[in-house]
Amino acid sequence: MQNTNAIELKALRKEFKVNGGKFVAVDGISFTVKEGEIFGLLGPNGAGKTTTISMLTTILSKTSGSVKICGFDVVREKEKVRELIGIIFQDPSLDDELTARENLDFHARLYGVKEDKKSIIEDVLRLVELEEYADRQVKTFSGGMKRRLEIARGFIHHPKVLFLDEPTIGLDPQTRRKIWSYITRLNKEKNLSIILTTHYMEEADELCDRIAIIDHGKIIKMGTPEGLKSSFGGDVIRIGTKEKKELHTLLKKVSGIKNIKESETGIEISGNDGSRLMPIIAKAANKNKLEIDYMTVKRPTLEDVFIGLTGRDIRDESASSKDVLRAFTRGRHR
Amino acid sequence: MSRSLDAIYTIWLREMLRFIKSKSRIVGSGGQPLVWLAIVGVGLGTAFGLHIGSSSISYLTFVSPGLIGMTILFSSMFAGVSVIWDRQFGFLKEILVAPVSRLSIVLGKIAGSSTIAVMTALLILVIVAAIGVIPLSMLSVAGILEAIVFMFLASMTFVSIGLIIAALINNIESFQVLMNFFVMPLFFLSSALFPITGNVPAWLFDLAHIDPLFYSIDGMRASLIHFSTYPIYVDGAASVAFTIVFIAIATALFKRIEGK
Repeated sequence: MQNTNAIELKALRKEFKVNGGKFVAVDGISFTVKEGEIFGLLGPNGAGKTTTISMLTTILSKTSGSVKICGFDVVREKEKVRELIGIIFQDPSLDDELTARENLDFHARLYGVKEDKKSIIEDVLRLVELEEYADRQVKTFSGGMKRRLEIARGFIHHPKVLFLDEPTIGLDPQTRRKIWSYITRLNKEKNLSIILTTHYMEEADELCDRIAIIDHGKIIKMGTPEGLKSSFGGDVIRIGTKEKKELHTLLKKVSGIKNIKESETGIEISGNDGSRLMPIIAKAANKNKLEIDYMTVKRPTLEDVFIGLTGRDIRDESASSKDVLRAFTRGRHR
Repeated sequence: MSRSLDAIYTIWLREMLRFIKSKSRIVGSGGQPLVWLAIVGVGLGTAFGLHIGSSSISYLTFVSPGLIGMTILFSSMFAGVSVIWDRQFGFLKEILVAPVSRLSIVLGKIAGSSTIAVMTALLILVIVAAIGVIPLSMLSVAGILEAIVFMFLASMTFVSIGLIIAALINNIESFQVLMNFFVMPLFFLSSALFPITGNVPAWLFDLAHIDPLFYSIDGMRASLIHFSTYPIYVDGAASVAFTIVFIAIATALFKRIEGK
């Protein structure tokens, strides 16, 4: 087997029985994550992200389809898969009564980490900057500290694939940036394959090599963040000018411009790679002695792409007792 | 194999750490039976008269093994069901995704919780012996060792039953109801508070025989105060059978638990 993929999904499907009927949470998803890649699953609430992650991490059975992690089947070779993966769950999964170090020690023991256990625990505590708090009970930790501890824990047994389910939900911008930097460091330094779910667009844009946008249990678009953005019509350049007509005719001859339209104060065009188009436009206008007052370029954000694909409706997930509890525990420890 | 033993030890260790940290649990699990002994034991003893049947055993002596059994029942059942809290607060997922067999998870939980239950029970035994409720003349090393075996068997059974309940019910709300409808009858049918021999109505006598705690307490009485319904080997065989069956059921159900 040369170059085994970190994750291989084929037509993965999960149905839940609800009041006699069935609800399809994941509707035939297929994708692969290459070794060393950071892959993002993006989607609105209730799109099926966490259900997918639960099946990938062996804690939820699938209805049909196949999942392989580093070449091992998640159903037939559960224990092997469990050894190879590290998981940071969406909900906190620490023992609040134990100290940070005891939580890490528990994990190391369960995963059979024996050699250098102490020094590995020190290392991961240092990585997430919690060494000062190592011997405090986790119930005294803030939400951000717990998250960092969970990231440290997910990495203790040197997994090959790391799963992060909404890693920065409910955290302040400072903590979020810290967590991003840990994630990229783990990816770069250890060549760790990472799959993360999020509904924060900047997060996906900042971290992911590739993204799959998922809604109603289906993948509706997949690609690099740049690719997704340019597929959405590219950059928009606004040009302020009094000589609209003249500029309009001139710009029709410039290659790379997709769409030209006149606005009240000037001209609006769209095209790929707006920052390269701008000097070309400026040069052409200069040559023809047309005056340009100003030019702005706006790149579509991933959020534009996301809203464009998934619509503007708000997704109301009916709050299960677990969500209520989640909100409660988060609120308490913030 | 050694990996499974490591896992059992790890889960056992967590139970110990949690117990040591929780002072209220230590006081609560040891204090409750002593309160029962002081109030119910003395109160009912006065009402029933000083001796049990035609024996020379006082009610307080009679009820002591019963209250040790009660301690084990409550503390083990509660420990087993505490998996529901682990599930609510997410920690169960951390255990479920670990590369260890489900049997070793169940055995680790049972080992940890039984250790705590038996330590508490022994503490009570020491106290009742020290204040003379069980006269020292009745106690022997062999008898105490036999009693400890019954304590462990009972505890393993009830932790398993707790795990089974935790696997079957999904919310904390139904837990209270269940405890009242299930644990209290188990306790009252166990002969902890009154002797269950041929002198009680047949239906009560028969019902007591499907209560695992009945055999544990009867066995402890046989080994500690030499007063029992059945010979010790009957109680022993029944206890071992219950323990094996319930561990098997708990493990089977635990394999089906999903982390969602």
